[in-house]
Amino acid sequence: MTSKPPTDMPPLLALTDYAIRFSTPDGAVKAVNGLDLAVARGETVAVVGESGSGKSQTFNGVFGLLSGNATTSGAARFEGRNLLELTPRQLDEIRGADMAMVFQDPMTALNPAMKIKHQLAETLRIHKGMNRRDAEAQALAMLKKVGIPEAERRIEQYPHQLSGGMRQRIVIAMALLCRPKLIVADEPTTALDVTIQAQILDLFRDLTGEAGTALVLITHDLGVVAGIADKVVVMYAGRIVEEAPVDALFARPAMPYTAALIRSIPRVDRDVEAVEPIGGRPPNLLHPPAGCAFHPRCRFAQDKCRRERPPLETIETGRRAACWFPFVDETSGREPMNAEIAGA
Amino acid sequence: MPETLLSVENLSTVFDIGGGNPFAKALELKAVSDVSFTLEAGETLGIVGESGCGKSTLGRSILRLIEPTHGRVVWQGKSLTDLSVGEMRKARRDLSIIFQDPVASLDPRMNVGKIIEEPLKVAEPSLGRKARRERIEKVMEEVGLAPEMINRYPHEFSGGQAQRIGIARAIVTEPKLIVCDEPVSALDVSIQAQIVNLLKALKERMGLTLIFISHDLSVVRLVSDRILVLYLGRVVEIGPRREVFANPGHPYSKALLAAAPIPDPAIARSREKTPLKGDPPSPINPPSGCAFRTRCPIARDVCAEKLPPLVDVGRGHRAACLFTGDVRADEAIAG
Repeated sequence: MTSKPPTDMPPLLALTDYAIRFSTPDGAVKAVNGLDLAVARGETVAVVGESGSGKSQTFNGVFGLLSGNATTSGAARFEGRNLLELTPRQLDEIRGADMAMVFQDPMTALNPAMKIKHQLAETLRIHKGMNRRDAEAQALAMLKKVGIPEAERRIEQYPHQLSGGMRQRIVIAMALLCRPKLIVADEPTTALDVTIQAQILDLFRDLTGEAGTALVLITHDLGVVAGIADKVVVMYAGRIVEEAPVDALFARPAMPYTAALIRSIPRVDRDVEAVEPIGGRPPNLLHPPAGCAFHPRCRFAQDKCRRERPPLETIETGRRAACWFPFVDETSGREPMNAEIAGA
Repeated sequence: MPETLLSVENLSTVFDIGGGNPFAKALELKAVSDVSFTLEAGETLGIVGESGCGKSTLGRSILRLIEPTHGRVVWQGKSLTDLSVGEMRKARRDLSIIFQDPVASLDPRMNVGKIIEEPLKVAEPSLGRKARRERIEKVMEEVGLAPEMINRYPHEFSGGQAQRIGIARAIVTEPKLIVCDEPVSALDVSIQAQIVNLLKALKERMGLTLIFISHDLSVVRLVSDRILVLYLGRVVEIGPRREVFANPGHPYSKALLAAAPIPDPAIARSREKTPLKGDPPSPINPPSGCAFRTRCPIARDVCAEKLPPLVDVGRGHRAACLFTGDVRADEAIAG
C-alpha cells in the first residue's frame, strides 16, 4: 500500500488533550474527551465509531465548523499551528487550501444555484489568486481526473442535474483542487450504492497514493476501511478506545468493542449463519456510565470496569487500547478476541 | 412438495411522467419490466440492485401499494391484482411491509401503542380493546421493546428501536409474507446485526416468508435462501443463494459482488479495481437490447440487438446474459 512516512517526522495533524463540550438545556454534553491523535503526512487514517461516538464532531471542531453552543479545549495542531487559537481569517487561509473536507451528503455540500465550474473555480480564485480562465481550466482538468464522464458538458451544469455518485466526485474534485495536505472525508460513501462506493474508494486510494495527501476517513462501517486505511482509530462515547495498524486491528483486536464491531459485519464473500450484534445501545453522553463507557455492553466486563475508566495505553508499538483487560498476548489470561472470527 | 405461496407473473409497473410540455406525449418510466418469480412458504427471497433499479417499486407493486400496470400477482391461488379494494384490504392481513427509514415511516403524532394497533384494528375489527392491548404488548416483547414504552412517541427512539416498532407493526396481524424494503440500510452496522437477527428469529418462530430488498449484498447473503438481481427493472439473474454468490451467471451480479467491501485488509487490498464504470442509464430511455451493455466489461455488438432471455444455467439458477457461459467459466470473484 502507501509507504509509511518515517516516524520521527512531526505529524501533519496532532490533536492533544482535545475535547469538545456542548452546552444544552439538559446540561453539558461531553462529546469528545481527552483525545490524542496524530495523522502523519500521506497517511490514511480511518476513524470508526457508531452514531454519537464523537467521530464527526472531532473533525468538525478541527475545521471550526461546530455549532455555537460548543466549546473546544486542548490543541489541534496542523503543521505546528494550533487551529483552535486562530482567527477566522487565519483559519480561512488553511481551510480549503491546505486541508479540505468531504461531507456525507454531496447535495448539501454544493451550492444548488451555482454552476459546477463556478463552484470549483471559486476555490482556486480565492486561495490561489488565479484568474477565471485558468481556474476553470484547472477545474476541468480535475473533473477529468476524478473520472467525471463528459466533463466539458458536466462542468456547465448545476448540482441537481448530476447523480449522487457524480456529485460526490465533484465534491472530492473541489477538495483536491488546491492540492491539500489533508483531506477529511466524513462518511463519503454512506449515501451511495456499493458500485459507486467502490469507485469512490478506488479514487481516494489513487489520489492519496500519487499526491501524498493524508486522508482521514470517518465511517461507521469497519468493512469499507479494510482495503484503504493504514491505521484505524476506534472511538466510543467521545474517546479513542483503540488505535492500531489496519492489519493488526482486524487480525487481533485488543478491545472487546473493536472485536464486537468486527464480528457484527456480515460477509459478502462467505456464508455465515449469523452475525453477532452488539447488544444495547451507545450511552447517552448527558449521563455517561461510570468506569469504562462500554462496560454495560461488554461481555467481559468485571467490577473494575464498572468503577474505573481505563486509560488509553500503548500495548505494542503503534497500538493503543483503553481496556483493563485487553488481549495482548497468550499470557493475558483471556482468549484471543478473534478466535471465534478466525474459526468462523 | 413445498407450497407455492406467491407467484409473480410478468409484472410491469410503468409510471407516466410529464415532460413539462402538456401537448407532448407523456414519457414512460418502466420501473419494473416483465418480472416473474415464485416464492415458496417459509422462503426468503433477497432482491438486490442499485438505486433506481426498481426493487422498491417491485416490492410495493406485489402488495399493490403501487398498482402494477401489467401482469398478475397470485397469492395462495388467488389473483391479488383482480381483487376489489375491500377484498384487498382483507388479504392485507397476510401481507405486510417494513420500510427503510424507521423514523419517517412512523407517524410522529401517534404513540407506539397506536402505531402498532392500527393494522390490527383493520384486520380484526371484532377484537376488543383489552385483547388488542394484550396483542400489542406481546408483539412488543417479541421484537425486544419493553411494554412500558407503549405510550412513548417515535422521536424518543433511536433508529434501531424505531425499526423494532416498524417490525412490531408489521407482525401484529400475524402475516404470512413480509416485504422488507431496505430494513437495515439506515442503521449503524452494529445495530444492523441486531435487526437482521431479529428478523431471522421471527421468521423461524412465526413461519414467515420474506422478500428482503437491499442494495447490500452482504446483508442479503446472510438472510436469503434465493437471490433475485434487478437491473433497470428487469430480472438479470435469479437462483439459490449459494449458486448466485459462488458462480454468478450475469456480469452485473459479478460486478456487484466485486464492489461489495470485505472486512479483511489482505483480501480487500488484493482485489481488482471495480470494473463497473459510471452510473446506471436512465430508465426513461433505456439502452436497446441488454440494458447493462453500456457498463458491461464483456459486451459485444449483438448485445445491443436483442434482449437476452433468462436462461437456465442449472440447479434452479437462471441468468439473462447471452454470454453467461463465459461469465461462469471465468475465474470466480476474489474471495
